[in-house]
Amino acid sequence: MESLFVLIPLSAALVLAIIVVFGWALNSGQFEDLDNEGRRILDDADGVVDPGQGPVQPGSEQSREN
Amino acid sequence: MAIAATAAMGGARASTGAVYDDWVVRAFALATIVWGVVGMLVGVVIAAQLIWPDLTYGISWLSYGRLRPLHTNAVIFAFGGCALFATSYHVVQRTCQTPLFAPALAKFTFWGWQAIIVAAVITLPLGFTSGKEYAELQWPIDIAITVVWVAYAVVFFGTIGLRKVRHIYVANWFFGAFILAVALLHVVNSMAMPWGAMHSYSMFSGVQDAMIQWWYGHNAVGFFLTAGFLGIMYYYIPKQAERPIYSYRLSIVHFWALIFTYMWAGPHHLHYTALPDWVQSLGMIFSLILLAPSWGGMINGIMTLSGAWHKLRDDAVLKFLIVSLAFYGMSTFEGPMMSIKTVNALSHYTDWTIGHVHSGALGWVGLITMGAMYHLIPRMYGRKSMYSVKAIELHFWIATVGIVLYIAAMWIAGVMQGLMWRAVHPDGTLVYTFSESVRASYPFYMIRLGGGLLYFAGMLLMAWNVFMTVRNSKPAVAPVPVPAYT
Repeated sequence: MESLFVLIPLSAALVLAIIVVFGWALNSGQFEDLDNEGRRILDDADGVVDPGQGPVQPGSEQSREN
Repeated sequence: MAIAATAAMGGARASTGAVYDDWVVRAFALATIVWGVVGMLVGVVIAAQLIWPDLTYGISWLSYGRLRPLHTNAVIFAFGGCALFATSYHVVQRTCQTPLFAPALAKFTFWGWQAIIVAAVITLPLGFTSGKEYAELQWPIDIAITVVWVAYAVVFFGTIGLRKVRHIYVANWFFGAFILAVALLHVVNSMAMPWGAMHSYSMFSGVQDAMIQWWYGHNAVGFFLTAGFLGIMYYYIPKQAERPIYSYRLSIVHFWALIFTYMWAGPHHLHYTALPDWVQSLGMIFSLILLAPSWGGMINGIMTLSGAWHKLRDDAVLKFLIVSLAFYGMSTFEGPMMSIKTVNALSHYTDWTIGHVHSGALGWVGLITMGAMYHLIPRMYGRKSMYSVKAIELHFWIATVGIVLYIAAMWIAGVMQGLMWRAVHPDGTLVYTFSESVRASYPFYMIRLGGGLLYFAGMLLMAWNVFMTVRNSKPAVAPVPVPAYT
């Protein structure tokens, strides 16, 4: 089962890499304010315009759209 | 604090003057619809071919063996892939509050990915295949996939690097894991010695090749069809429900538990083969462990509606998103159960497997993609909702009925086939020939075709609704707000 000689070390290396990334996330304060982080994505009303106002008219920035 | 309070009131925030790069989001979203129609049409054709084998008059380009990989590639990598590109580019910009890193490179990923899909549509019917399931494309296309994927990773992680808020939202962790894992899986599994322009030999052979193939195959399910779409789930369900995810802490646990345990479930595809017994058992154990994070995530998503269940009655888009999670829960229970060796002895090589795959593909991946597109597309065109809300409701019901018909038919056919194949007379001879089990399956193949036709009809309805939505609208220009928090 030579393919296991590739896959098992690869998986072990991945687990170590995941532990390193998890450690970074822990130490850099990613998990410090979890009560609010889930709520914050709701703050911006993305692309929704007021009723009756109609579609947003493309501005001068439109040129970079294509 | 004062700034955060302003944001919480939902008022318009000051703009930074920059705008989000939504061209690529729109392009991938519309491509999702187009490839969804194509991929599901091919699915309906091959379902019909299993009932009427001469349906395509023996034309080799349209034979079952060539169309089947076209179907799987089209629905997974074209329909599902474009949906993942569209949503990940959308989510990473909004949650990081910054335009894309290298928007020109993002456009390259769009045109590159479309070129790869077209190459698949041409080469697979012509019979060019590496013979590896879900990785049939030949080596020149494999190299193109690698180039586009590296560009995708640069854009995505570059955008994370530019983020204006310190916290990386959980959806981005899922998208990021999906991008990195798929890169690794694709490169290892596709290693081959070219033998001419459109032929190659795998670097591995025999059971080695099978092990590598299903390490790839199952992790493609785990990271492409699960982690990526969980990224969609963790952004679009809270947005559509206008409520934060039930437990943000649980979503973090879900992410780390899932990626720590997924890598070794692959051997359950090779039970009772030449693969060493202990590797098969290892694959089974990891598959059983996966039930815990999967159901944690499902419960977390569904409970987001806790205290606001009436939204499920009123909002057709939420129906898509929440019912997709119900199918996610169902197929992540069924999967570990089928990985148990004694169950697998009955289910393996039967249509039960096809039913299991489609409860995940039609129910989870399909419905969450459609729900996310119904949320995303109107907003990308400055509208509050789709052209026809009634059509969304109708789409939901015909798609759901189609899925139930499909998977129930395959369960019955699968268990029946398994029982017929293992039935023996007291003297040890087989009770049934293989062809008898095929003949007994015909009624269920008819029901499956009916279910598939319903699901495809729903996709056509969606395409019409998207066309009508886009036709009378102009692309919205979304300014990047000044971050209310860091």
